[in-house]
Amino acid sequence: MTGPSTPWTTATVVEVDRPDGRLARVRLDVDGREEGLPGQHYVVRLRAPDDYTAQRSYSVASDPADPLVELMVERMPDGEVSGHVHDVLEPGDVLEVRGPLGGWFTWDGSTTAVAVGGGSGVVPLVAMLRYAARTGTADRLRVVAVGKTLDALPYAEELLAAGASVFTTRENLGSRVAAPPYPEEVGELVEDLVARSGPVEAAYVCGSAGFATFATRLLGESGVRLDRVRVEQFGPTS
Amino acid sequence: MPVTRGFTGKRRAEQAGRADRLPPGQYDVGREWPTLTAEATPHLVPEQCSITVDGLVETPTTWSWQQLHELPGSAYEGDIHCVTTWSRFDTSFRGVSLDVLLEAAGPGPEAAYVVAHSTTGYATNLPLADVTDGRAWVVWEADGKPLSDEHGGPLRLLVPHLYFWKSAKWVERIELTDVDRPGFWETHGYHDRGDPWLEQRYQGDP
Repeated sequence: MTGPSTPWTTATVVEVDRPDGRLARVRLDVDGREEGLPGQHYVVRLRAPDDYTAQRSYSVASDPADPLVELMVERMPDGEVSGHVHDVLEPGDVLEVRGPLGGWFTWDGSTTAVAVGGGSGVVPLVAMLRYAARTGTADRLRVVAVGKTLDALPYAEELLAAGASVFTTRENLGSRVAAPPYPEEVGELVEDLVARSGPVEAAYVCGSAGFATFATRLLGESGVRLDRVRVEQFGPTS
Repeated sequence: MPVTRGFTGKRRAEQAGRADRLPPGQYDVGREWPTLTAEATPHLVPEQCSITVDGLVETPTTWSWQQLHELPGSAYEGDIHCVTTWSRFDTSFRGVSLDVLLEAAGPGPEAAYVVAHSTTGYATNLPLADVTDGRAWVVWEADGKPLSDEHGGPLRLLVPHLYFWKSAKWVERIELTDVDRPGFWETHGYHDRGDPWLEQRYQGDP
């Protein structure tokens, strides 16, 4: 739940890591940090010398108990904020931030949940997995991550290591031929989860508009009630 | 607040000569139209859709799809502003003014707020004064085409002078109330009114 008022504050950049030029992992030391829940986001605001500002929201990848807040910023075409993060940002820079925000797309470990993320939509799911590992609630959460290739999927190694089901649509993965996840594949995961932890109480979908439509239908065909689905969606429609 | 080292900004709205139409903290998204939703997008059959105005009214009334189209039509052409900071200029909609529906239902003297309800269970609250006097519509067409599922079709509320989460997608019911009853986003931390020019994004903003 977002508090009655989450004020703007400042954050110092501690680490910036740009593995491939498309994704930037930024770790921030936030003044007056509030812990929050996995699934939430921060707003980052940039300010020019004449007080012109630009702000965007980014999902948090870090466990709420992490002393730093970790964001994964994808470079957008002609992106005003993401372009700055990729081309200019360095450790020691100070940013204006507001968060954690959003009281809907959150998981507190108390419900049996399945989460499906596409591309950079896996970021809030990484926070859920890190939180689950720390709080001993990993049995209640199944994460399905979908990327074009393993290299293009943020946190691919960490997702695999944490037991997430990873699917690649443009390259074969092991013996599996490149394809989006099929209903029977996700249905099996859901059945297994239900057998261990009981009926699915919450489902999370995060990704582009097209991916969210696909993943919501996929969950429905895998036996998840659609009124359990919470969606976090970004980007334009075609 | 500190200046961000090395940041000058792209200032698209300024360059296009319409900075005066961009509320604080927003950016010009161009002709893209991002979609954001908290729940599964429903696929509804237009001819089966209807709109009901009830609650604190003299005559609770329901209009079928056909009946809505027989009312005097009305258009909006202007800007829309999403709380996630994009603004889209010169977006056109067609539908019917909420004034027409409210006039037929007759708001009771104690009615001061509305809750817009969607087929999905989504709800959002607004002051009655924000949806009267030509400032709110129920629309079924955007940029000359039937409103798509993703953008809230077949029927969507349109209140363009407030952040766009107030313009409930897949709207089916406008309930008039005497107290301000927080809707979906409002109970999850968002502002009760949502005026983009006052930057009323989250609870606790001015």
